[in-house]
Formats: sequence, structure tokens, C-alpha cells
Amino acid sequence: MKKLINEPGAVVDEMLDGMVAAHPELRRLDGTNVLVRGDAPVDGKVAVVSGGGSGHEPTHAGYLGEGMLDGAAAGEVFTSPTADQLNEMIQATDAGEGVLCVVKNYEGDVMNFDTAAEMAAMEGVEVEQVVVNDDVAVEDSLYTSGRRGVAGTIFVHKCAGAKAAAGGDLEAVTAVAEKVVDNVRTMGMALTSCVTPEKGEPTFDLGEDEIELGIGIHGEPGTERADIMSADEITEHLTENVLDDLELDEGEEVVTMVNGMGGTPLSELYIVNRKLQSILDDRGIETWDAWVGDYMTSLDMMGCSVSVLRVDDELKELLGAPAETPGLTVTE
Amino acid sequence: MADAETQREAVLDALDNVAERLAEEKEYLTDLDSAIGDADHGANMERGFGKAADKRDEFAEMEPNEVVKNVGTTLISNVGGASGPLYGGSIMFASQELEGGITAETSVAFAEAYLDKVKDRGGAQVGAKTMVDALVPAVHTYKKSIEQDDLPPLEALAKAVDAAERGVAFTVPIKAMKGRASFLDWRSVGHQDPGATSTLFILEELLETAEEYLDGEVDRDARAEDAVGRAE
Repeated sequence: MKKLINEPGAVVDEMLDGMVAAHPELRRLDGTNVLVRGDAPVDGKVAVVSGGGSGHEPTHAGYLGEGMLDGAAAGEVFTSPTADQLNEMIQATDAGEGVLCVVKNYEGDVMNFDTAAEMAAMEGVEVEQVVVNDDVAVEDSLYTSGRRGVAGTIFVHKCAGAKAAAGGDLEAVTAVAEKVVDNVRTMGMALTSCVTPEKGEPTFDLGEDEIELGIGIHGEPGTERADIMSADEITEHLTENVLDDLELDEGEEVVTMVNGMGGTPLSELYIVNRKLQSILDDRGIETWDAWVGDYMTSLDMMGCSVSVLRVDDELKELLGAPAETPGLTVTE
Repeated sequence: MADAETQREAVLDALDNVAERLAEEKEYLTDLDSAIGDADHGANMERGFGKAADKRDEFAEMEPNEVVKNVGTTLISNVGGASGPLYGGSIMFASQELEGGITAETSVAFAEAYLDKVKDRGGAQVGAKTMVDALVPAVHTYKKSIEQDDLPPLEALAKAVDAAERGVAFTVPIKAMKGRASFLDWRSVGHQDPGATSTLFILEELLETAEEYLDGEVDRDARAEDAVGRAE
């Protein structure tokens, strides 16, 4: 399989160097795969940090900047960063107001963040953690106990980051993050597998006329394999599972996200969004904002996920607050 | 209690012995992990403990508890995946119990803290087919031997190793409930858990090292018979 790389083992290192070259407002901590805002630690502000395996770009470092993340740790492709690097990130971003770690629910990520939080606490840093588990597709997966954390995580970054930028203390920032976790659901699907740099071939086999419903973001199995369907049918399947789980009432407001898995053109994502909005409309649910794009990818996988976040006045204000990052910009 | 320098030497020798043993057993651990995991346990453990053993010079001036702590942080950085936090994080955390030096009493506290942290972090209880199945019998036996039976540490450690060995055997016929093997469900039955196995290897090397420092040798055969209650 062709790839635009030099050598598999250098992918993360070279990607991070290139990213800093493109975004000089970011800084790489020496000897690590951690990027931070150039002005970190930001005086008087709670730090919001995240991290996880690489291969999900623009997640995680793409959300570094004003109004979102202060630090982002990159593991090897689809592999958790190590706890010592997470600890360095926590130390480097803490301005004395404490640090909130946004963690996706994978065993490796959770254990490494737990260990890092303990190491940081030994150094006197106040650390809180929220675990995102928005994927309605599976209860236990190859990498998880409980539900997986997927694209809904971006809403957590946005809201917690905005709360911290507005001067919220660690308790308030954590509470906002938990509120988003409680109110966001996601389900994804794949048209093709993805190819990791190390393996160089598809991580699973999917026939020419098959799709995988309930796919995770590492190519791990979903809930069912089905024959190819139309965009409308696929959108209906994903959206109905998400809405059933979220138990929305008529008249409630939501923010939606159609997220590309990395190999799907934007035109197709808009087609999915068209159907998503019509389903919501039929159910009397109001869309306050609709996001469409590649927010949390799975290398070169073709496919998408649909996320729905129930919003109230507080979350709307936080989602609408300014943010300036490589992956997401919101202006007033 | 031996002086701090002797304690440090003992810790460093134990580290060498463990690193050497895990390197020897790399293929075996990989084979066990291939059957029910992702086939990286052997390489991960060899790399992690190898890196720690390479730091012998760096550790040469440290207090014994500091050496233990740094072994933990080195494992965290180098073992990777979930094993880094489980083995390294737990050693790092438990090293606090050795601040006053290594005695029979603090070694029990260390063992208990290590076990608690592994259970807490990994969320596994006995019977889930994990390293906990080797650790629980080892730590409980060690504590009881020291605190209630007043046995010398060397004998207590020998009994703990036997207990761990039976714990490893116990992982074979049971179904995995935690970790990656749990997704195999019933297919995991009949396979020995790699984490419990590497835990046993580490304990065996601690015993080897203790025999050198605590002046004594335990007759393994007699010990084994005693352990399974066949001596009577």
C-alpha cells in the first residue's frame, strides 16, 4: 500500500515537527511527543489537556490554542502516550490553577493518564480527569471496558476550553466537561479499512460491497457488517441509534457533527448532513449548529460518524465562544 | 537491617537478575501472549527492564527506595501500553513504603501497596486471568508468613514464590474477564496468562537475589512439597 512517509517508525516524530513548522504558535516539549500552546502555562487559567494515539489528526494537537487545549500528547499510531510524557505535559501547562485531562475511554489511555495524574499530584499539581465514552455502538470493544470515546470528545475540548478561558476554576471546568460527556452520543461506520504505517496493509478485510457499522476509530470491529447502502440509509441507521440512546424530547436543541474518518470527501459528508438534519427536523429537534468535517479521523479510512450533543444556554455560550486552533476556529 | 549501601546493591542485583531472566523468557512470554493477546508482552518486558538495568550507573548514588522508584518510572516510559502503568506505575507508587529502608516490615508494606495499585489501576480481581492471580496468593502468603508465623524474610519469600506458581497454574483453566484476552471469551480457557507468568519470573528472581544477600538457600523441592501440602 502506497503511503506518503519516509519510514514507519518516524511518522509521529516527523508529523509533529511539520506541525510546529506550520503553526509556530505551538511548541514541542524537548525530547517528547507533547505539543503545547507556545504561551503555556497561561497565567491565571486552568489548563485543559488531552492526548492519545496518533492517526486521528487533527486530533489531538490540532485543537491546541486559545479557547481549547493547552497541551496535547501524541502516542505512536493508535497507541497511548506513556505516562511520563503525559506527566510532563501536565507539569508544563499548569499555571497553578490546576489541569483537566480529557481522556478517551481506552484501557491504555485511561491507565496512562491515571498514572500521570498520580505522578503530577506527587509534584503538587492539582489534576482532574474526565473520561469520554460517547460511542453508542458497543459496550465492550477490543480496546475498552465500557463505551469507547470518539468524535464527541471534540465538543468536550471546545466547551471545557472555553470555560477555562472564561476564568472558570478547575471544579467548574471539570463540571462542564462532564456535562458534555453526559449529553453527547456518537456512532460511526466504515466503507473501507485503514492502513497503519507499521503494518502497511488494511487492518481488517472489508469486501468491495460491504460496510462496517459501529466502527471504532482504530479499525476495531463494529456491531455489524452489512451490504453497501445509500448515504440516506446509512445516515438513518447511525442517527437513529444515536437519538435512541440520547432520549431527546421534541423541542430540545442540539449541536450535530458529521465527522469524516479521513478518506471520505467533504461532498459526501454534506450528503450525510443533509439527511441528518431532515431526520432531526422530522422529530421536532432543533439544530442550533451543525459541524461537518474531519475532526477525529482514523488515518485513511473511508467512512463517517454522526454525533449529537444536547445543548442548553450554558453549552451554547461555550460552543459559540471564540477559539483559534489549527483544527477549529470560532469567531465572535 | 543491612546498611543502605548493601540494600542498594541488593536492589540493583535484583534488577539485573530480573532483566536477564525476562530477556531469556522473551520468546516464551511472547508465545503465551500470542495465544490470547497481542504478542507484545515478551518484547515489552524485556525492553522495559533492560532499559532500567542499563541505568545501573545512574542509580549508583541513590537511596534504595529512590532506585526502586526510578525503576518504576523507567518502566512507565519504556514498557508501553497498559503494562507500563500496571508494572511501572505500581512499583513507583509502592516505593514510598521503602523510604525508611528495606526491612521485613517495609517489604510487606511494599508488596501490599503494589498489589493494591495493580488491582486499583487494572480493575481486576482474583479469577479474571490476570497478573492479580499470581500476585494475590504471593502477597497474602508473604504477609502472613512474616507477620503471623514470624518466618525469616527469605523463607517467607520462598513461600510467596510457591504461592505465585500455583496462581499461575490457576490462570490456565479459567476464562479471561479482564484485559485483551477477555474478548476471546471461552477461547481463552486453557491458556496461561502472560502477565501472571512474568510476575512469577520477577518474584523468582527476587528470591534468587535474596538468597545471596540473606545468607541462605531454600531447598526448592522440600519447599514445593510443603507448599502443596503433600509433605504430610
